[in-house]
Amino acid sequence: MKEDVLSTAQRLEFFVDPSRCIGCQSCVQACSECDTHRGDSMIHLEYVDRARSVQTVPVVCMHCEQPTCAEVCPADAIKRTADGVVQTARKARCIACGNCVMACPFGVPELYVERQLMMKCDMCYDRTSIGKRPMCATVCPSQALFFGTREQITEIRPRSMPTNQFRFGGQVITTRVNVMVPRAPTPPAVVDVTAAMDDRPASRTVRLPLAPPDAADPFAGVEI
Amino acid sequence: MATLPTSDTDIIHAFGPHLSSNLRATSSDDPERLVKTHCCFCGQQCGIQLKVRGGEVIGFEPWEDFPFNRGMLCPKGVKRYLQGGHPDRLTTALRRDPSAVGGFRSAGYEEAIAHTAAEIARVQERYGRSAVAVLGGASLTTEKTYLLGKFARVCLGTPFIDYNGRLCMVSAGAGNKKAFGIDRTTSPWSDMVGTDVIWVAGSNVAECSPITTNYIWQAREQGAKVIVQDPRITPIARTCDLYLPVRPGRDAALFAGVLQLMIEKGWIDQGFIDAHTVGFEAVAAYCREWPLARTVEVTGVPERSLRAAAEIWGTARTSFLFHARGIEHHSNGVQNVLGAINLVLASGRIGKPKSGYGTIVGQANGQGGREHGQKCDQLPGLRDISNPEHRRHIAAVWGVEEASIPGPGVDAYELFRKIDAGEIKALLAICFNPKISLPDSDFVARALDKLEHFTAIDFFLSETARHADVVLPGSLQEEDEGTVTQVEGRVIKINQAATCPGQARQDWVILQDLARALGRPHGFTFSSPGAIFEELRAASRGGIADYSGITYEKIERQMGVFWPCPASDPRTGAPTPDYPGTPRLFEPGSYNPIAKGAGPFYFPDGKARFNVADYRTPADDVSADFPLYLTTGRVVSQFLSGTQTRRIGPLVKQYAEPRIELHPRLADKLGIAEGDWTTCETARGTITVRASVVSTIRPDTVFIPYHWAGPKSVNRLTVAAQDPISKIPQYKVCACRVRRADGPPEYAAVLEPQQ
Repeated sequence: MKEDVLSTAQRLEFFVDPSRCIGCQSCVQACSECDTHRGDSMIHLEYVDRARSVQTVPVVCMHCEQPTCAEVCPADAIKRTADGVVQTARKARCIACGNCVMACPFGVPELYVERQLMMKCDMCYDRTSIGKRPMCATVCPSQALFFGTREQITEIRPRSMPTNQFRFGGQVITTRVNVMVPRAPTPPAVVDVTAAMDDRPASRTVRLPLAPPDAADPFAGVEI
Repeated sequence: MATLPTSDTDIIHAFGPHLSSNLRATSSDDPERLVKTHCCFCGQQCGIQLKVRGGEVIGFEPWEDFPFNRGMLCPKGVKRYLQGGHPDRLTTALRRDPSAVGGFRSAGYEEAIAHTAAEIARVQERYGRSAVAVLGGASLTTEKTYLLGKFARVCLGTPFIDYNGRLCMVSAGAGNKKAFGIDRTTSPWSDMVGTDVIWVAGSNVAECSPITTNYIWQAREQGAKVIVQDPRITPIARTCDLYLPVRPGRDAALFAGVLQLMIEKGWIDQGFIDAHTVGFEAVAAYCREWPLARTVEVTGVPERSLRAAAEIWGTARTSFLFHARGIEHHSNGVQNVLGAINLVLASGRIGKPKSGYGTIVGQANGQGGREHGQKCDQLPGLRDISNPEHRRHIAAVWGVEEASIPGPGVDAYELFRKIDAGEIKALLAICFNPKISLPDSDFVARALDKLEHFTAIDFFLSETARHADVVLPGSLQEEDEGTVTQVEGRVIKINQAATCPGQARQDWVILQDLARALGRPHGFTFSSPGAIFEELRAASRGGIADYSGITYEKIERQMGVFWPCPASDPRTGAPTPDYPGTPRLFEPGSYNPIAKGAGPFYFPDGKARFNVADYRTPADDVSADFPLYLTTGRVVSQFLSGTQTRRIGPLVKQYAEPRIELHPRLADKLGIAEGDWTTCETARGTITVRASVVSTIRPDTVFIPYHWAGPKSVNRLTVAAQDPISKIPQYKVCACRVRRADGPPEYAAVLEPQQ
């Protein structure tokens, strides 16, 4: 029985597609309902630059194969389960030093000073460990957060593909959570996050084949 | 006398809006049971399971089997359970008492019922039966709206009943009836996935109907192109294939210009037009008045975008067009709707798989709530109150003389004009907060003050109910059962999860108690919502909105039943107990009781109608004094006038107070920076809110959401101009001027964000 649960959990994966996100915060509101961190959301949802766009990005814990947060923890308080879920800090061990908060390349862990504890997304371990989907991915109205099999995502998202390798400077990280990127004939082996931070984006992440040439400012002709 | 008993500040102190706690009581509260039901808010009516313990709702669990939303919920659905057990909840009746704390004293339920009944009787005796009016709402179950319509016509004998769907679905409904003879979205939302093109006209899908987003995104994954027509780059517009940045109030012009291009290019289905429609020639003649140059000039949409729209729409094989309040909330709202429908009919893509047309419903029961008799001109089953045959059918079901049923009344705004003019002296209102939701709302407040008697049925003391002489404590959605009809035309079942606290009563019980106290109990002795539904089935039988074949059991078994669902075959009269309902309208060969087999549309010849969709300049258009367009709408975390959502802590935190959105170019010109207190002024009034400087709105337009009260209410600025056919107010455009405020408004130091 336990093996069934494990294999089910391993077949189901988390996929994040920011291009679908509508910023509604349903994930945030649902996450804060969890009994283990009641009132606080472990998922982060931010505008990239609200002055210029309504684009928002949801960030869950990426559940790294070699979690930097755990590697830098002086108290060995951050554990990874056998099925690859990196858990919130153990309360008995956490010394609230904040090393993990500064080290995580994805900016996921947060320090709750009043509780003297780092807390973060554990992919709804109480739900996923019994075959349920995480709460955020269940409620997400745009399915920017999707939890299912690789076969499912391949079938329903023909325009994009999952990736789980990210480069931050000299560090390459493999994660259990996937990010959907536009499908390409020769996809890069890793998403070079630091390079993307240095560059101006070469083109829009979502192709607009029918958009007028001045789509960047559709209001260019509006007089005031 | 329906004046405020004390200051708003005193009333707020006693009755809120205060915030809920952020969470349910304790983490050890495991639910005793899960109740499968639906969200209490918008017209999507997402399936949800409520966690119940000790007769109270303590949380939610997604309902992943319900086919429409499969577990998905927006933030309002997630936090809706927090309205239960709220400190502001009315658990006793209230009587106006300026000497009491907050201006109201608790009253015994029977005392309050007796007082209201006595006042109604007094007013009717002195001024006539029509001196009493009733206002209803489209968040009520269909059973309640049916009973309310019957209560007004039979118990009170007044023609004056209308409802807050007047602010919502009436332009769409009127347009649909003129073009199709029936008022319902044509297709289930699943028809969107696999279509070639989706045209979203005036609908902020991501914030107002979030679950629809996934249908659109999924359609795009399978190749659909998405066209969005909106003055703001909403989240659904951000990645669309073609964005049409229409100037507010110019939608009919846009549709005419695009149809003209389609006609010029031959991108129309002449075979369908000839076989299944009438009136195309007149529409084509009108469209010739809309050459490209004029359309560009009027709509503000670039020429190449209009050309692209015509080509994408004109050359598609399958398509789905839907619209919402963005094109409907206009003094030209019905024409805008008809313009959209003309594009659909010219394409011939209707009544087929993967091709449809729909109007996104705003309120929980925006569809069912407009079908069964709380609308001023309507009787149950989408029947016409002026049609003698329709009147006879309903009179027989109600067991009254046909002549005793009053004729048509007036729309909700006109009803306030009649109060202002002294023709209506007493008002009974439920599920409607016109002091916030009607335009030029200072006028509405002044009219309320003139009533001799006002009774409100509500579960929180809404801003309108503050004017009441009597407040009867009604029920939350989860405290009752009944049906609603959601955006696709699917009739679904609301199931009771909690019990009414204290002296609060289910709304249908309150209406029947009033009928009894008035000494007019005939027809108001139902024992349950199920019993009301049985009568509603009979009343709707043979009507266009035929529910006669729908039972609670069938709804549960099928997870919803699409009307029309007749109990017997309209051709043979043979019973059809297993008829599953009608998910898709207008399919070739389909039968309906109007066309009787002549064709799929609901007219005697079975053909759809093209209607000339005439563009008119909006009322209160921009001028030298008021050079900017003001438009209004929703944010995702709030709902309607906020009576519920401004009391739910986490939702208030998400977007606490209204902001005025303006483009950086406009902000630069006016010297306004992000977060500045900014004053917006129209010919009706002035409000001051903080600025949100964003490049996602037309530079000649500002936007303010409408969910807030008093000095933060944008409907103090909007114009009471109404569509001549549907009587919908023109919320989506009026002329304004904007300036940087000298300092913070007075309310900033006094009121909490939600108040």
